[in-house]
Amino acid sequence: MNDPTTTILFVVILLNFFLLGTSRLGACIRVVAAQGALLSILPPLVHGVSPHSLLLAAVALALKGGTIPWLLFRAIRQVKIRREMEPRIGYIATLLLGALTTAGAFIFAERLPLLPEHLHSLFIPASLATMAVGFLLLITRRKAITQVLGYLVFENGIFIFGILLAEAMPLMVEAGVLLDMLVAIFVMGIVMNHINREFSSLDTENLCLLKE
Amino acid sequence: MLGSLFMHLLVVLTLSPLLAGIIARVKAKVGGRQGQPLLQLYWDLAKLFRKRMVISSTTTWLFRAGPVVGIAVPLLASLLLPFGPLAAPLSFSGDLILFVYLMGLARFFTILAALDTGSSFEGMGSAREATFSILVEPTIFVIFIVLARLSGDFSLNGMFVPVKAGFNTPAGIAMSLAILCLFIVMLAENCRIPFDDPNTHLELTMIHEVMVLDHSGPDLGLILYGAAMKLLLFAALIANLLRPATGNLLLDTGAFLVLLLLLAVLVGLVESAMARLRMIRVPQLLIGTSLLSFFALILLLR
Repeated sequence: MNDPTTTILFVVILLNFFLLGTSRLGACIRVVAAQGALLSILPPLVHGVSPHSLLLAAVALALKGGTIPWLLFRAIRQVKIRREMEPRIGYIATLLLGALTTAGAFIFAERLPLLPEHLHSLFIPASLATMAVGFLLLITRRKAITQVLGYLVFENGIFIFGILLAEAMPLMVEAGVLLDMLVAIFVMGIVMNHINREFSSLDTENLCLLKE
Repeated sequence: MLGSLFMHLLVVLTLSPLLAGIIARVKAKVGGRQGQPLLQLYWDLAKLFRKRMVISSTTTWLFRAGPVVGIAVPLLASLLLPFGPLAAPLSFSGDLILFVYLMGLARFFTILAALDTGSSFEGMGSAREATFSILVEPTIFVIFIVLARLSGDFSLNGMFVPVKAGFNTPAGIAMSLAILCLFIVMLAENCRIPFDDPNTHLELTMIHEVMVLDHSGPDLGLILYGAAMKLLLFAALIANLLRPATGNLLLDTGAFLVLLLLLAVLVGLVESAMARLRMIRVPQLLIGTSLLSFFALILLLR
């Protein structure tokens, strides 16, 4: 039980709470990036250092910790939004809901028929809790960017779950990477959408004055 | 028994104004100023106790009772706490509840004294103080439950022992969460910076300072002294958990006292680095803290 994975998963859950409680988009993106980067350390820790696990860690780190946050930062710079202004449910309420679902995840994980070696690890509850928080973000926030973040958090939860399935790893890897790519495309789509909307609402005369 | 009683009172009475001095000094140094002497609060107290009091004619005995309770309560509460290797003179199962509600009693009388002046300004401060203390209370209790669960003891004396669990175990994580939450509770309970600014005296946003505006002379001295003691008590809670346990009485006591001073430095650094939170954000932070403590409890219970 005394291994660094416990601490890593614990920090991941704490980051979930932070995400639910903050309104600044920049901070949210940084937190999601940090969460992804932390999770990318897990495969070599759990399955030992092998080319396969190292490759998985490297790809996950590059995508979750680098590319996607960069794309998202670019997106909020372009559409000039800093904050999620009006969530459908307030921050304190979502925090409480997040705490409830996390507690529920812990209780639920106790009752699952798991392998004995997974019975008391934090993996299952952390994964369920992270997925639930991803769902919460998707449901309660209005801005498309935050919803993409919720989707990413959800994907992080699936990633934690996937780490446990040692045998099915290659498939899970591919699925994870594919999901990440999907998010990247999502982000690009939003940016274009926003730009499109900006242009359609602008006069053509003003368009001529635009620089850059 | 009598010896430890004497030692506890000695620590609380002599050391507490020093912590406030350290905080002020650290803030000044970080801000690039020289700062007041470390012992400034001792001189302030000596000066205030020599002065005359001005008491408004609209007030009743409640106004005088506030500061007296404000200094009696931290002294009483200090007897329930272990100071490092010095065991608490008074200890029984469940004294943690007495500890929390002694603090509540002091706050109740401070609020009454403030309301007694009839100033709307002080009523506003009282309302805020009461609201925030409601939000802090669940955190304190859940942390106490976590510590009681870890140590298997329901007295402060048995709960606040040095941490033994390894860092990467759930128990170690719960303990570090508890320490973090206790630190935030210390900042909130003692009106330090992300919650309240102890240096502002004329702002509509202040909480605690506004409640003591009408007190002067020895009464103000009692309030300042009581506040310094309260800070020391909360720092002692944390230092008890963090201190090393070598078994050597002198060494342990020394480590405990050094930790107290280090915590004061840490508070000073936090105050230099942060601005005060907006009023709306304070409940959010406090509820977040209670959720963290609940999470520590969940980690332990599974």
